[in-house]
Parts: sequence; structure tokens; C-alpha cells
Amino acid sequence: MISLAEELNAKAADAGIPLAVHLDLTWRCNERCVHCYLDHDDQGEMTLAEIRRLLEELAAAGVFHLTLSGGEPLLRKDFFAIVGRARELGFNVKLKTNGILIRSPEAARLRALALDSIQISIYSHRPEIHDAITRVNGSLARSLAAARFLIAQGLRVKLAHVLMRQNRGDYPEVQALARDIGAGFVLDPTITPHLNGDRSLLALGVAGEDLRRVLKDPELIGNAGEFCSPPAPPDDAVLDARPCSAGHSACYISPYGDLYPCVQFPLACGNVRKQPFQEIWRDSAPLQEVRAVRIRDLPVCSTCVHAGSCTRCPGLAFMEGNFRGPSAADCEKSYLRTGILSAAMRRAADHR
Amino acid sequence: MKDTYIRRSADTAARRIGDETMVLAVADSTLFSLNETASVLWEAADGTTPLRTIVENQIVAGFAVDSETAYRDALELVAELGRRGILEVADQPLEERPK
Ligand code: SF4
Ligand code: SF4
Repeated sequence: MISLAEELNAKAADAGIPLAVHLDLTWRCNERCVHCYLDHDDQGEMTLAEIRRLLEELAAAGVFHLTLSGGEPLLRKDFFAIVGRARELGFNVKLKTNGILIRSPEAARLRALALDSIQISIYSHRPEIHDAITRVNGSLARSLAAARFLIAQGLRVKLAHVLMRQNRGDYPEVQALARDIGAGFVLDPTITPHLNGDRSLLALGVAGEDLRRVLKDPELIGNAGEFCSPPAPPDDAVLDARPCSAGHSACYISPYGDLYPCVQFPLACGNVRKQPFQEIWRDSAPLQEVRAVRIRDLPVCSTCVHAGSCTRCPGLAFMEGNFRGPSAADCEKSYLRTGILSAAMRRAADHR
Repeated sequence: MKDTYIRRSADTAARRIGDETMVLAVADSTLFSLNETASVLWEAADGTTPLRTIVENQIVAGFAVDSETAYRDALELVAELGRRGILEVADQPLEERPK
């Protein structure tokens, strides 16, 4: 059965409505995470007045879900004014933060603003590991304290855990910790290249056996038999599907006003300081190109047995040189999950 | 006869999409889809305008229905939205909430 939320997503994509926007309020940060893909120097962030105008444009365009993130969004002095305006305009606001600046009073203010949920990054249950990744002493204690303050207010909190070589093996403990404090848990096994194109961060990611263990862990994936069984060959429904929501019903806006299809898909589509949001969303040539793509248009992936079950990210593919191409990280995941080579892997083997 | 007043609950997010309004109850992430008439009531639910006035001015005038049927249906609908926690329903005016 299709849920109302899924129905809404499909309707929005068909009608060209940007249902979800991820807005980074700043790239400045009070942590220095080793795997971060952003440049933390302030290059001239949008002012409060610019953000207010942008929020009005987004509401008029039909945006419903608004994710505020960064950098660390609470570093902005006008953070609560921005959230307040966003809630007045009816957005469903989600927040991504490291929580360092959230104590009891901030948690109470966020509750009063009726946020949907707050995601806090926790890299390990061990302070020596978490703090070495964030490069801030005491950061685990501060982030967990924030999670508890927020939960005490009745807010929904998710602990987000990025899997890396440094913290491999810690995720079950972080998941247990989340359960103990009444938070949700999300695990992200993918490291993203730096937005400046530098791919050296990828060396921090886990691969091979470590990744296989995660992809087959029933605590994370539910029905392991189904998740890891050989995929059915893609049918017309799969081939006619959109690769993901990026550019179809969702997009990303940087603190400098640059619009991309997704935070993980840095294809320049326009700048909201120079042009109204709706004009970029409707008319930008790169966005129209992204929007025209269906799975059957992907030269390699459309021939892949994994096409219907793969988590292929067009943004990662873009950063590898072609958003219609395969994404190596997702090929690896599909292979480790099922033991069946991807179309891209077969081609590479044939060319050897 | 006593009046009924309605106000959008503060713990909701909402957006008009075409003829419908999507309303999300933030507390439990339940999503509701309001049809055209319910959307009209939702948008007019400022806490201070009596329901009968909203129905007369916006529903009877805009949708060619008779007053009594429209009011009865509206009362039923607001009671339901009230039970779902997305609308506050009272017999006294409520403090106005901006759109
Ligand atoms: S698959 Fe990649 S580009 Fe698409 S929404 Fe997810 S992260 Fe963004
Ligand atoms: S496994 Fe690789 S080739 Fe196959 S669909 Fe996924 S990204 Fe494309």
C-alpha cells in the first residue's frame, strides 16, 4: 500500500513542486570533523533579510519540508529568528546539528517552535574516538547532553552515525545508546568527496568485509534474506522511475545562495541571490537536464541487475564525472549485499 | 446559538498544494490531506472569526451549497480535525495566530 507521504512525493515530482529543500545556514562550524566535505571559512553568507525573503519564495513555490543544516546552524546569531520565520510560514522544519550549542534553554525554544526532528551526529560511544573525529575535546559529552535536553522536551531526536575506519565496529554501541536515551538511529556508510572535488576523504570510508558486515546486519536492515537476495531484473516500472528526488521534488541551497539538486550533488543550477528561487527551479537548464532522466536513460545502470534495488546516488556519480553514470560506492554496496557483480564491475572486468 | 471558533494548532506544518492542503501533526508525524473545502476552513482558522461566518463567507458563497448543510458538515469536519489534534476548537474566541 502506498502511504500518503509517498503519494505526496510522487504528486510533487509529477507537478514539479519542490517539496523538500535542504538549506545550509552556514558552513562555519565549531567542530572540525576529519571527513567533512565543506570549506568552513565564511565567504559572505546570506543575511537574515535575504533568508527571510528566500523562505517566503520557498513557501510560495510549495516547499513543505525544510531541513536546516550547515556547518553548525546554531552558530548563526539569528538562528532562532530564522527558525521562527520558517515555522510561521508553515514549513515542517528538521534540524541537523552537532548539538554543542544546545542546552536546556535552547531545547525549550526549539520545542516551542515545534520542530519535526533534530539529527545529531554521534561518531562513537567512546569519547576518545568521537572527539578525535570532531577534533573537539568534550564534544561527545556535549552532543549527548544536547540529545537528552531535546528528548526531555519531547522532541524527536535521531543520532546519525557516519561509518569510518576510525569508528568501525562502534555502531552497535551507538545504536544501543540511541535506544537507551529514547532517540532514533541512522547509519550512513558513505563518505562524500570534498565539495572542491578533492576525493582524498574517501580513504576514510570502510570497505570490503567491514562494509559487508554492516550491509548484512539484521539489526540495521530488517529482513536480511530479502535485502541480500539476488535482485530481480529491472522491469518497466523500475526503468521508468526517477533516479531519486534530487532536482525532481527536492533541492539544496548553500549559505551563499547557490542551488544544487542535492547537498550531495553539487551541480551549479543558479543562485537565489541573483534570481528568484522559482525561476531557477523552473527554468535552470542543468535542473531540467537532471529532471529529464529516468533509470532507462542511464547507459550502464539501466543494464544492471541491481537497478531496482541499488541505492545509486546520481550526486556521487556526478562527482565521479557523469551523473548518468554508475556510482562506485553504490556498485560496491550492491555487490557486497548480494555477491553479484554490478554492470559497471562486469564492464571493468571485461576491459581488463 | 453559541458560536464555534477554530484555530490551527501550533504543532502543525502545512502547505497548500493545488486544491489540497497537506497538514503534518508534528508530534507524531501524521500527515493529513485536506480537500478543497477543508482547506478553506483551515486557512480561515484564525481563532477569532466565528465558524458560521467562515462558512457563510467562504463556503456557501464559493461552493454553491445551502447554509445549514454547509454548517453541519463544517461542524463535523472541525470536530474530526480537533480530535486529530491539528485544529483547536472552542466556543470562545482564541488568540489570533498569524498565517
Ligand atoms: S541519492 Fe544522492 S543525489 Fe539523490 S537524494 Fe540521495 S544523496 Fe541526494
Ligand atoms: S550497482 Fe552500480 S551499475 Fe548497478 S545500478 Fe547500482 S550504481 Fe549502477
